[in-house]
Amino acid sequence: MTDLTPSQTVGPFLHIGLPWADGPFAVPEDTPGAITITGRVTDGDGTALSDAMIETWQAGGEPVDHRGFARCATDADGGYRIVTVLPPAQPDRNGAIEAPHIDVAVFSRGLLNHLVTRIYFAGVEENATDPVLRSIDPARRGTLIAAEVPDGYLFDIRLQGTGETVFFDV
Amino acid sequence: MDLPLFERADNVHPPVIFPDYRSNVLRAPKQPLVVLPQNLTEATAPVFGEDRIGPTDGDLTKQFPDEPIGQRIIVHGRVLESDGRPVPNTLVEIWQANAAGRYRHVVDNWPAPLDPNFSGAGRALTDTQGRYSFTTIQPGAYPWGNHDNAWRPAHIHFSVFGRAFTQRLVTQMYFPGDPLLPLDPIFNSIPDIHGRELLIARFDLSHTRPNWALAFEFDITLRGERSTPFESGADHDD
Repeated sequence: MTDLTPSQTVGPFLHIGLPWADGPFAVPEDTPGAITITGRVTDGDGTALSDAMIETWQAGGEPVDHRGFARCATDADGGYRIVTVLPPAQPDRNGAIEAPHIDVAVFSRGLLNHLVTRIYFAGVEENATDPVLRSIDPARRGTLIAAEVPDGYLFDIRLQGTGETVFFDV
Repeated sequence: MDLPLFERADNVHPPVIFPDYRSNVLRAPKQPLVVLPQNLTEATAPVFGEDRIGPTDGDLTKQFPDEPIGQRIIVHGRVLESDGRPVPNTLVEIWQANAAGRYRHVVDNWPAPLDPNFSGAGRALTDTQGRYSFTTIQPGAYPWGNHDNAWRPAHIHFSVFGRAFTQRLVTQMYFPGDPLLPLDPIFNSIPDIHGRELLIARFDLSHTRPNWALAFEFDITLRGERSTPFESGADHDD
């Protein structure tokens, strides 16, 4: 047995400690090439989570004015919005190419451990050969691919039930 | 590419599905988690600087013109990896209830007093040895609706980043001797009794400030690097 510190839930009051005024902005909103990712977080009944928070982390690419990280608490409708740039495709440990993706951590009351998922982007050629996407049941793969919408991308997170998002053990 | 590869944390954390914690029932995924290989995104983490920390973020008793009510405590410790290596310059965020067990939050409305001089939120960066320290107020226990006459033991929420996305951790620190601990489904969701004990801070006389504040020590241990990068997950027996 190791001495690793176990996880506990964020509980219902994360808002007093975690959100930052600049949290949703991995890049400033007026950055050339900035994209907006929006979505809703819902439970097994399809009910919006108004007390959740998501964090996004992406690596690679030019680090100019780029924090790589965003965090956004959900609003009363379960909605979140972050502003970032599209990450590059990059090689994995075995030399295969991973399609552009952003790792997402989901925190909320009821979750004893944060959940991890990935955002991929619709219309990207490398999605077809991405080793992680290819390891997922094709029927569920679509839950990891953000849809193109007029002002950016849409990525809903369904914690449970119909259309349940694929979550990872990282 | 020379990326660190982090050990697994099997049987350390609570299970995904744990219905004794009622809010878990509609929120826990039903499908099994898919193992994600650790590549560049998983083996790296955001870096935050001093600009993220405000002047009173480390001392929750100094955030308002007047002092909060309650027992002053110093909560300090180290953020480490399992091989003992410190995690320097990593962001530690805390949030907690006040001395009466009430959070300064719109949805916390049980009839205990708010404290106009207590935000309940703090932030610090670890130093080169992985050390952090907060001065705060001993939080109170509070009732919640999980089951009949349910009370949360006094706790402080901790959020830690580490140096890789795989190390990201949010947890809760508890206090020694709390009679509510064995009754708490969130505490009891940790599968191993040793793991539960790791979340109980140690009373630390040596760090008290005489005539001022008691002290507790709470170390946080994150997943370390695997001893050999070629070890397969299948025969890892921790």
